[in-house]
Formats: sequence, C-alpha cells, structure tokens
Amino acid sequence: MTNTSHEVAKGPHHESGAAPSALSAHSIVKRFPGVLANDSVDFDVLPGEVHTLLGENGAGKSTLAAMLCGLYQPDSGYITRNGERIALSSPRAGLQHGIAMVHQHFRLVERFTVAENVILGSRDLSFRLNRSELEDRVSAVAESFGLPIEPGATVGDLSVGQRQRVEIVKALYQGAEILLLDEPTAVLVPAEVEKLFENVHAMTQAGKSIVFISHKLGEVVEISDRVTVLRNGRVTGHVSGRGTTDTRELARLMVGRDIELTTQRASHATGHEVLQIRDLSLNVGGVSVLSDISFNVHAGEMVGIAGVAGNGQKELAETIAGLTSPTSGSIAITGSMSTDRGPIHARELGLAYVPEDRLGMGLVPSMSILDNLLLTRDRNFVVDRASVEPEAVRLIEQFEIKANGPEHIARKLSGGNAQKVLLARELSGGRSATKLLVVCSPTRGLDVGAIETVRALLNDARSAGQAILLISEDLDEVMSLSDRILVLYRGSIVHETPGESAQLATVGAAMAGLSTEGNA
Amino acid sequence: MNENIWVLASADSVAIATTLILAALGALFTERSGVLNLGIEGILLTAAISSFLAADTSGSIWLGLLIGSLAGALLACIHALLTVVLRANQIVAGLALVIFGTGLANFLGKPVEGKTVTTIIHPLSFGPLSDIPLIGPIIFGQDIITYASIAIAILSSLYLFRSRPGLELRATGDDPATVDAQGLSVASIRIRYTLFGGLLVGLGGSWLMLAQSAAWHQASTTNGIGWIALALVVFAGWRPIRLIFGAVLFGFTLQLPFTLQAEQITFIPSALMQMLPYLATLVALIALSRPSMRNKLGAPQALGTPFVRDER
Repeated sequence: MTNTSHEVAKGPHHESGAAPSALSAHSIVKRFPGVLANDSVDFDVLPGEVHTLLGENGAGKSTLAAMLCGLYQPDSGYITRNGERIALSSPRAGLQHGIAMVHQHFRLVERFTVAENVILGSRDLSFRLNRSELEDRVSAVAESFGLPIEPGATVGDLSVGQRQRVEIVKALYQGAEILLLDEPTAVLVPAEVEKLFENVHAMTQAGKSIVFISHKLGEVVEISDRVTVLRNGRVTGHVSGRGTTDTRELARLMVGRDIELTTQRASHATGHEVLQIRDLSLNVGGVSVLSDISFNVHAGEMVGIAGVAGNGQKELAETIAGLTSPTSGSIAITGSMSTDRGPIHARELGLAYVPEDRLGMGLVPSMSILDNLLLTRDRNFVVDRASVEPEAVRLIEQFEIKANGPEHIARKLSGGNAQKVLLARELSGGRSATKLLVVCSPTRGLDVGAIETVRALLNDARSAGQAILLISEDLDEVMSLSDRILVLYRGSIVHETPGESAQLATVGAAMAGLSTEGNA
Repeated sequence: MNENIWVLASADSVAIATTLILAALGALFTERSGVLNLGIEGILLTAAISSFLAADTSGSIWLGLLIGSLAGALLACIHALLTVVLRANQIVAGLALVIFGTGLANFLGKPVEGKTVTTIIHPLSFGPLSDIPLIGPIIFGQDIITYASIAIAILSSLYLFRSRPGLELRATGDDPATVDAQGLSVASIRIRYTLFGGLLVGLGGSWLMLAQSAAWHQASTTNGIGWIALALVVFAGWRPIRLIFGAVLFGFTLQLPFTLQAEQITFIPSALMQMLPYLATLVALIALSRPSMRNKLGAPQALGTPFVRDER
C-alpha cells in the first residue's frame, strides 16, 4: 500500500525546471549572540515538491525554518513568495501567506478537543462557537487530504502520530500552501513514519509544498525530491533526484568528513550476571508504570531497552539506580540485593548511572568539572580537591574533553563535552570500580562527531568487561550497539531479540504495542 | 422566632456570597489566562477603602462602586506589569501585592477608621414577592449587585466555554506556546484578563464596603475573604457555575458562628466554626502546590508559569 503511493508520488509533476518557486529565501543571514546561525543561505521550494533541509543539530536548519514561517526575522536577505518579496513579521503573517510550521514539540492544547485545537486562532470565526458545525468543518478539511481524525476526541488521549496529524490538519485548515515539518519523525515509531509519508505524498499531490527538516539520512533519501544540506549555518550542498542519492555523500556534506558510526558488538563470550532484575513492578499514584520486569545483564554485554518515550524507561533507570523504590520485585547488582537500599548503596555495589537529563540530574551545572567529579568520589567530611585534580586532568585528556582545565564550569561546556564529563566520571569509577553502567539516551542532542565518540566510549567500556544497560528512544542507536534488545511498552517488556538478528520492522511493531509474541 | 433567625442567616449567606463570587470570578479569569494573583486580599481592601472615600465625599454609591472597581484594576495592573511584562515570580509578586494593598488601604483609611458610610446600597424591592415567607427574603431580598454577580458568573461560563475569545483564554492558561504559535499575543491576553480580574475583585471589595460593612475597619472589613476566594476557585475547578454554589456554601459557613450564637447553640465552639473557611483555604493551597492534584482539579496547566518564547 505504502509502496504504491510512493511510486505515484515519484511521478514527475514538476519537471519543468523554470517553474516559479512557491517560497524562496535569498542570501539569508541570521546572527544570535556569539553564533552565526545562517550565513547567506539560499533556499527554495516548488509547488508540489518535498524539499529537505538536512543538517546536524545546530547547523541552522531550524533557524532558517523559523524565519520562513515568520517566527524570527533575518538580519539581512529576503524572502519571496511566488516570486514576490514578502515581509514575515510574525507567525500570523506567515499564515496569511499560506506558510505553516508543524513544530517538533506539538503546539496543541491537551485538554481541548481536536476541533478546538484546529480552529484555535482562526480569525474568521464568529464570537459564538457552534461545536457540531466546527467539527463538521474540521472533518471536511481532514478528509479532503485523506487524514482520518476524530474531531470530538480530546487531544490528550491521542497517540503521538495522531497528534501530529492534528497539527497538519490545523495547518491545512488555516489554508497553508507550504508546510514546514520540523523533525516530524523524531517522535514516531516506524509504522507511523510510513503513515506520515503517505500523508506527505497526498499533500504534494494536491499541490502543497513541503519543507522537510531532518537529520536522519535514510528517511531523507526516501521522501525528498531535493535536499539542501546545511553545516555551521552554510549551505554545503544541493542534491536533487529521489532515490539516486547516496547516503554516504549526504553524510559527508552534513558533517564535512567521512564518518563511521560503529556497529560493533561483543565478539567475546559474556561473563557472569552483573544485574539481575526479578518481577519488578512499580506503581506511581495508583497507575502501573512498570509491571513484572525480569531480565539480566552480563559482564561485557550491552543490553538495549527500546521504546517510545514515556513507556517506563525513566522509571526503570531510576529504580535500578536506587532513586525510586519498586512496588514489588527485586534488583541485584553483582549478586547483592540493592532493592530499597538507596543510590549510595547501589553505587557502592558498582553501579554507574548516566541520566538522560545530563545537566539537571547528571552534573551540577554551576560547579567545575573537578567538583562534579568529587561528587562521586570519597565521602569524607573534608574535601581533598588536590588529590583528585590529577585524575581530572587525566580524564579530560583521555576523554578528549574540550575544556580549559579541571576548573571549567560544567554549564559552559557544549552538550557533547558535558556528556563526556559525565561518562568520564561514571566510567572511571567512584568509591568502587564500575561494574554496571546504566545510560539513558547518551547521544541525544549531540552532533554526529560527539555521537561517534560517545558510542566508542560505550563500546570500550563493554570490551573492558563492564555490563551496560542502554536505555534510548533512538531506535537506530539501540539497534546498532546492543547485544540484546528488549522492547519496553507500557511498562512491560513485550519483545526480546538478539542485537545481530534484530529486524527494524519487528522491533518497531513491538514499540507500537503490536507484539507478535502475544505477551503484551 | 427561631425560624426567622435561619431565614436571616440564609439571606446573609447569599449576601456574603456576593463578594466571594465577584472576587473569585476575578481570580478565575486571571488564573484561566495562566496568571496566579495571590494579591486578591490586598486588592479587596484597597478597593473597599477607595469606594468608601469616593462614596463618602461624593455621596454617590455608584461613583463609589466605580472608583473601587478601578482601584482594583489599577492594583492588578501592577501585578500584570511585574509578572507578565517583567516575568517576575507570580507568587512573590502576589504576596507583595497583599502587603502593598493592605498598607495602602491602611494609609488611605487612617482618617476615616471606624467611620460609617453615609449612603449604602439598599436591597431591591419586589413588592409582595419579598414578603413571601422563607424564600421571600432570600431570593427577593437582595440588592442589584448580588443579582448582577450571579448573572456575571453565568455569562462568564458561556464566555469561557462557548465563545471564541473564551477558547483563546483557556488555551493561554493551558498552553501559551500554542497560542503564541497561532500568532496571538500571550502577553496581551494575560494583561487584559489580569486587569479584568482586578476590576471584578475591586467591584466585590466595593460592594463589601458599601452594602455590608457600612463602617470602615482596616483590620476587619475583608476578614480574609480574598484568601477564601482563591480557595473557592480551586474547589470550583475553575468553573464559574460551580463557583456560585461554592460561594453560597462558604457564605453560609462564614455567617454560621453568628447564627449559632444567636440560637445559643454552644456545643460547637464558635471559634472553631469561624476557623472552617480558613482551614478550607489552607487545604486548597496545599492541593494547588501538588502538580498531580492540580491536574485532577482542572487547574490551567501553565498557571503560575511566565511565558517566554523558546529560543533555539
């Protein structure tokens, strides 16, 4: 079904090279304090076309999109719509010109119904609202693009994919001709991505223009008619033609050098059980967050927990780290019970924990690298900074942390370097040698270079015989690193598969709750 | 004549409820836009003395009500400036407003402390209807502002849930980023409803002065009604219709000690009874401080959070 619709959309409905672009940006320059976010960027999108903005985090693609929809104004350069110069002073001005942005973080009021969300901000409505009439109007717009939505449903009850559809319907309802989709697949499971791509094709068929913003090479190649690659605020390349594009070439344009994201797995036999979890359940406020979870992690093994955000990952990590007491069940680290004993005890047994919120829970942002290191070192009353300083210097060197020295304040580090400090502290062991490492979304928000380093560090730790539990919403990451993959869905493990033979489709289906094993 | 006491008590409950309805509606509009204004008590006091002074010098109740309401809006304006424009902490700004409003009222009212206002609002007369036993004095024995307050509450409910601007107001309190992305100004909406809320609280304070107290006493004119109004908004789940019933219930509880004393019922200490509404306020504020409770009660999700467009 999806394949056919792809075929159709590949049809040459804009072959004429001289067609006037629906929207173009000319020599756009945008500065933020200390950063040149866009440096004379040119960009254009034709009617009925999917034009992708590809780039790493911080490459300037979101900034450009923000200017195209009126959220920011360029410092210099200008924007044209159908060849005519326009001024976009606000998102409302953007909407008036038929330009709408679908944000990565949905702009939807959870307590409102779908219809209420769609009509919010529309100026053509009368003072009095007639619910059923509005719902009919919203349904009509949605159906004309083949987007099934339930106008009376409350948005808070919808899945992420459905909410995204509501966002798209909202844009279409407001008469958008050009839709900017900011990282639309970041929050979706594979099946929902397929659905989204079908919707995108339906919209381009109807003559709408899509600006697709992404850093995922695979999907970019699949969906785009043309690709513009951004790096450090500059356009580094244009690639056109669907399917003919080489992901390697795109990656080079994006990063500026060849990259190799390692897919190394443990080749040696794994050792004894370092982490043993038995029948772990957790209820929070009467709601079951984790139910009957049992698994082991062995020395020298990396176990990946896959799942869509909010299916119990955070709670699982915090329970293992001793921050939360489970309702029932037990956790043992290196054979000793750690249930209900608290985080200090867990750390004494050899646990190291890299939380997802690295500057919130991981490091104290206002303290130096050295002081952050001291937090997990000896617990004497008097702090002996001098004795830890050589180690700080050594770790900065060993982990290639870009810092002025041990006194560098954690907040002033880049995301990648902050993560390296956290990993350095956790991997180097505190009061006892690290035997078990629990890491949550370790590469989230990092650029490709830093991702490479962090993944290599995790691989080294595994080779050194440490047991690693990798909890990540980035399915590619879990797939490429883990020796074993467990899928967490609504607080239960619904699927388990060896890393080598894992199938994207199977794992993706399990993440969406469509487990084939029948134990969901 | 015991029956009469209870009839009078019920009528009194409705009367006290008027101030509560107006003050709580003011708080409700403010909070629905995402701004928490803890300064209601201070606004009530300032509005009360302002209306007293205006009515006393001019001899016109209506001018008194107008000046009192405007004084309320003026104080709310300070809150809007601090919390919406300067993005100060709303709790701190609100508490500061209580202290400022109390002090200002004290200052303005010093020369007239204990003085009685010459003209007060009189109940409307419905002829024979007001003489009907029991329900006559309760339903047909009130003044125009009391009837107006109930009408305002009903209209508020329609406005909130059945109108386009009401939808935008509720969206601003729940998810200001979404409203911003639609090209509506969060700041403008919040300032407008904070001012409107202050106006309603001011009307409530003026009415309290001109219809209820008759004499100005800085220490006892409002008697904590501003705090009770805040609690009432929580118990009403930010819904105007429920707020009417809540206000009558609170009003009944507030006057109960006096009735019981008149009835010479002494097995319940009257001090304990007087404490009840304040205890309820304490419970409401504790409930407000727990995020899970707030959601269950239906609090606007962005209540108390300054809005900043996220830069990236």
